[in-house]
Amino acid sequence: MASLNVRAALLSISFLILALGLWEMSTQPPEAQENLTEYEMLMGGVEQESRVPPPSAVIKLAWAELSDPFYDAGANDKGIGIQLAYSVYRVLAGYVAAMAIALPLGFLIGMSPLMYKALNPYIQVLRPISPLAWMPLALFIIQDSNASAIFVIFICSIWPMLLNTAFGVANVRQDWINVARTHELGHIRTALTVILPAAAPTILTGMRISIGIAWLVIVAAEMLVGGTGIGYYVWNEWNNLDLTAVIFSILMIGVVGMILDMALAKAQKLVEYTE
Amino acid sequence: MTIKSLGNPFDGDQTLIHSKQCGCPECKAPGTNAASMERKATAVANTAAEDSVASRGDSEEILDRAIESAVVRSVFGHNDHNRRSFMKMMGAGSAAALLGSVFPMEKAKAAVKESMGKLEKTKLNIGFVPITCATPIIMASPLGFYEKYGLDVTVTKTAGWAVARDKSLAGEYDASHMLTPMPLAMSMGAGSTPEPYIMPAVENINGQAIVLHVDHKDKRDPKEWKGFKFGVPFEYSMHNFLLRYYLAENGIDPDKDVQIRVVPPPEMVANLRAGNLDGYLSPDPFNQRAVWEKVGFIHMLTKEIWEGHPCCAFACSQKFATQNPNTYGALLRSILDATQYSNNHDNRKEISAAIAPTNYLNQPVAVIEQVLTGRYADGLGEIKNVPDRIDFDPFPWHSMGVWILTQMKRWGYIEGDVDYKAIAEQVYLAGETGKMMADMGMDVPDTTYKKHVIMGKTFDADKAEEYTRSFAIGRV
Repeated sequence: MASLNVRAALLSISFLILALGLWEMSTQPPEAQENLTEYEMLMGGVEQESRVPPPSAVIKLAWAELSDPFYDAGANDKGIGIQLAYSVYRVLAGYVAAMAIALPLGFLIGMSPLMYKALNPYIQVLRPISPLAWMPLALFIIQDSNASAIFVIFICSIWPMLLNTAFGVANVRQDWINVARTHELGHIRTALTVILPAAAPTILTGMRISIGIAWLVIVAAEMLVGGTGIGYYVWNEWNNLDLTAVIFSILMIGVVGMILDMALAKAQKLVEYTE
Repeated sequence: MTIKSLGNPFDGDQTLIHSKQCGCPECKAPGTNAASMERKATAVANTAAEDSVASRGDSEEILDRAIESAVVRSVFGHNDHNRRSFMKMMGAGSAAALLGSVFPMEKAKAAVKESMGKLEKTKLNIGFVPITCATPIIMASPLGFYEKYGLDVTVTKTAGWAVARDKSLAGEYDASHMLTPMPLAMSMGAGSTPEPYIMPAVENINGQAIVLHVDHKDKRDPKEWKGFKFGVPFEYSMHNFLLRYYLAENGIDPDKDVQIRVVPPPEMVANLRAGNLDGYLSPDPFNQRAVWEKVGFIHMLTKEIWEGHPCCAFACSQKFATQNPNTYGALLRSILDATQYSNNHDNRKEISAAIAPTNYLNQPVAVIEQVLTGRYADGLGEIKNVPDRIDFDPFPWHSMGVWILTQMKRWGYIEGDVDYKAIAEQVYLAGETGKMMADMGMDVPDTTYKKHVIMGKTFDADKAEEYTRSFAIGRV
């Protein structure tokens, strides 16, 4: 078994090296020519097509950016660490706000078929709206771009949590609730001591889906409102048509998204149970 | 930085004069000499406010020094030689005491400060879209023009015009870089909620271009452009109106024969490369950048359509200006000062280097330099030399505002009867700005209306409605 793992690891590393090697070779810039004419200099060299940067350039940039992630060279030029911190802050702020509303509301809907029927039409209409479609409205009403970005995160992460909570709560085994009833537990205590632990895995699944969506949306939202954040960073480098930096930031977005997802996966493990 | 006119007036060894051989930074920059001398002759308050605060710490102290200096200099009839020999003979302390006994120095200082007024707000947030049109607004930050007038300004990069408009309406930006038609449209509520906006200064004139994809090198006649997809940065932009005008004059109906799409400037080049656009009329540096990336060529500069057309503007809400009159005044002064500085071709290379970094335009210096100096590659194999490819002239002509309104009506962006002159005069503050420019020693035209010639056709603001209806292609 161990040898299988080792062989798999070796194989995936050699795949990586092979892919990067091919990429590097296919994107070699032509030899820099000396004695460019003035026209060629004004055109930025004789090279006919601008090309995708080689991986060595991306690694070099990544090294430079990551060795000084928290520099601050003015309002529109901050280190990658600061940009990511802004994005994570916005995601968490919107996410926690969504949690504060989705969990209690989910319990309510899950425990009361009446409320479920009454609220369901609204949820079904609001849920499929693309979060970014809210942006112009949010900017107009909230009158603050940072708060609008947080609102967009809030509105996109609320639905999976709400629906999963309601589903989890509604599907708690009736026997357990009956046991609680024979012990004469009140509604609140039943909810907290019986239903919550029983529905926790489903709720956590919803939360995990939500954080994934929130992280996807923040990049787009920040590209729109600008100022700070990893989305702004991507936009700013796109503005400069600097593909090296765009590739680097794509990798960073992936890494941070993975960390967020892993944290929720860990939490999910904690509340799992077998019947 | 030492500013001689603010040297200690009681010091016999110091000269207060910028002579021909003067080595101070202000005089070293060629061309600014005459202007700065002229400015020195204006009011004391101006002198104080204009000279750099940087190394001198507290602005109050500078003001005190400026007033002392002005008084001492006037006592000696502005003859610096007399002043120096007198000071050497008397010694600074006794000279100050002597002067103080006959002239109420402290009262004079208080009076001047009173008349200048205290800044209601010194920390300001100003938005800009990363294009060379915003040069004065941007470069005023790294080159210290805001600081000079006692303001602490953060210039914030904005992704596009719609966001700049919304952030301005939301009050996140105290003032913003806008397109000249935007404050008109916002004040009228066209494409936004109505909010009275004012436009005290134009930023740049000329400086835009029509770029086509390299595949269209052989289609230089607009009549061959049927079916093309064009990009413009915003509906309420000179780019949109100039492109429509140019197409219509060549017999192409911009609404039927071609497609005009709104694309934020930074996305123009990427869309051109991807084939989403056949061409665009957009702000620089994205025209030159398309050439640099070898995906497009410059078909023509917009100065060939209308020599001296306005493009971008410096605007803020009426509310901001009324609530913070002194801050507004200082801000406008710094913008006017920066605009004048940008217009000087000798400063263009320095400015290119100052605004190219990531914090501002985030572009290669070589691209910005080609735009600002006007010596550029056109993408067709030639080097062109057009020094006035972009220029900077702050005066907001009312006639320009009226022209924009005629085009808004021509293409159906506004409907019904339009009181062209009243709206233009309410939004474009030519009178106020003119006064301030005169105060600062700049040349000010004595009228706010003039005739413009656009592709050979003369526009007269007195016959605006007639002009609007005079076109073969239009929606009125």
